[in-house]
Formats: sequence, C-alpha cells, structure tokens
Amino acid sequence: MAVKVRIPTPLQKLTDGKDEVEGEPGTVISLINNLDKRFPGIGERISEGGKIRRFINIYLNDEDIRFLQNEGTEVKDDDEVSIVPAIAGG
Amino acid sequence: MQSETLVVPRHLVSEMILHCKEIYPNEACGILAGKNRTVQKVYKMTNIENSSVSYMMEPREQFTVMKEMREQGLEMSAIYHSHPQSDVHPSPKDINLAFYPDSLYVIVSLINEEQPAIKAFEIKNGLIREVEILII
Ligand SMILES: [Zn+2]
Repeated sequence: MAVKVRIPTPLQKLTDGKDEVEGEPGTVISLINNLDKRFPGIGERISEGGKIRRFINIYLNDEDIRFLQNEGTEVKDDDEVSIVPAIAGG
Repeated sequence: MQSETLVVPRHLVSEMILHCKEIYPNEACGILAGKNRTVQKVYKMTNIENSSVSYMMEPREQFTVMKEMREQGLEMSAIYHSHPQSDVHPSPKDINLAFYPDSLYVIVSLINEEQPAIKAFEIKNGLIREVEILII
C-alpha cells in the first residue's frame, strides 16, 4: 500500500513520463520532500521553503488541502493526492 | 508527435466566442479538450478574478473538469481566454503563468466586437510561437 500521487503533465518530465507515482504516508509536505528524493527537482516546482507555491493546488482525494491543514494535512495509505498547477494569466 | 495545427470545429469556435462575449467586459477563460490538437469539447470555466485584465480558473472546477477529461480520454489541447481590451498576443502575465507548455494558449481579442480575433500560441520557457488554427 502507498499513497497514489497524480502528477500533472508539466511535471511528468521529472517522473519519467509517469502520470501517477507512489508516495509515502505522512504530511503533504513530507510526501513532497520524499518525492523529491526520487524525482530530483520536483520539490521546488511544487513548494518553496516548506510552503506550497501560490499557483499550485493540491487535493487530498477530492478536498483542496487549503481547506484542510494545508502542508500539514495528513495523508494515509490508499489516499490519492493530486498536484494541479493553476491556469491563469492576464 | 504533436500536430502543428490546432483543429477546431466551427460550432465550438462559435461557442467559445459566445462565452467570451457573455463574460465581457471581464476576461473569460476555458479549456478546449480533445485528442492531441483536435478539439472535441469546450469547457467554459469561471474566472475567479472577475477582472478585465486577468483571469484564474476556479481551482475546484478546474480539478473536476480535468478529472472528467482524464476519464473520457481527452487531453487539454488548449486553454483559452479573452482579451476584452487588448490585442490578440500573449501578455507578460500570460507568459509568466503558462504552466502547461504542452497545451496551446488560445486568445480571443474582443477589441473589434464584430470580428473577434483568435490566435493560438505555444508558450514554452518564456518563448512564444504562433500555431495555426484550422476551423473545420
Ligand atoms: Zn492574456
């Protein structure tokens, strides 16, 4: 068992083209830090100084983690975490 | 290999323009979903900025639509938004916030209300390249 992590297309270059990888249970930020050990560079694309970047949205199953405990949200085995860059411009 | 042209059925172009006009004077935004660069469906999205000079898709709606697209085997062929008062070229903000380099960015300029201008661009590493739109 593991956490299922959905990788958005722009970050799949860092995961050997995989759109789904396994993550370790813990907090969201520890999950991202662990992902960065296997896929170097992915961490800084998602977070900065332990905080999720402004234009990155993260969902635990169907909930936006901003409405849970943000970076500190606990993730368990079998949960699904989706990383979704915002779509914005001017 | 990605095809060079963005192919959009005429009725979907009309749907996109209509959406941009409905949201005018604010910016409208949405997703052109399809296979590779052939569009099959328009998703009209909510611009949470409610602004005439910027847009951000409502994150939860975006998440839901992307999930539906994945389930239907559709790709995000392009992301569109309107420029109510500026020309059809990507703004500095469009370039800075182009987080989906594999999707094209379609801009609908409404400066000329009678004849909206539409162009598609690839925005990669801060570089812009126009891609032809084929309306079928
Ligand atoms: Zn723009």
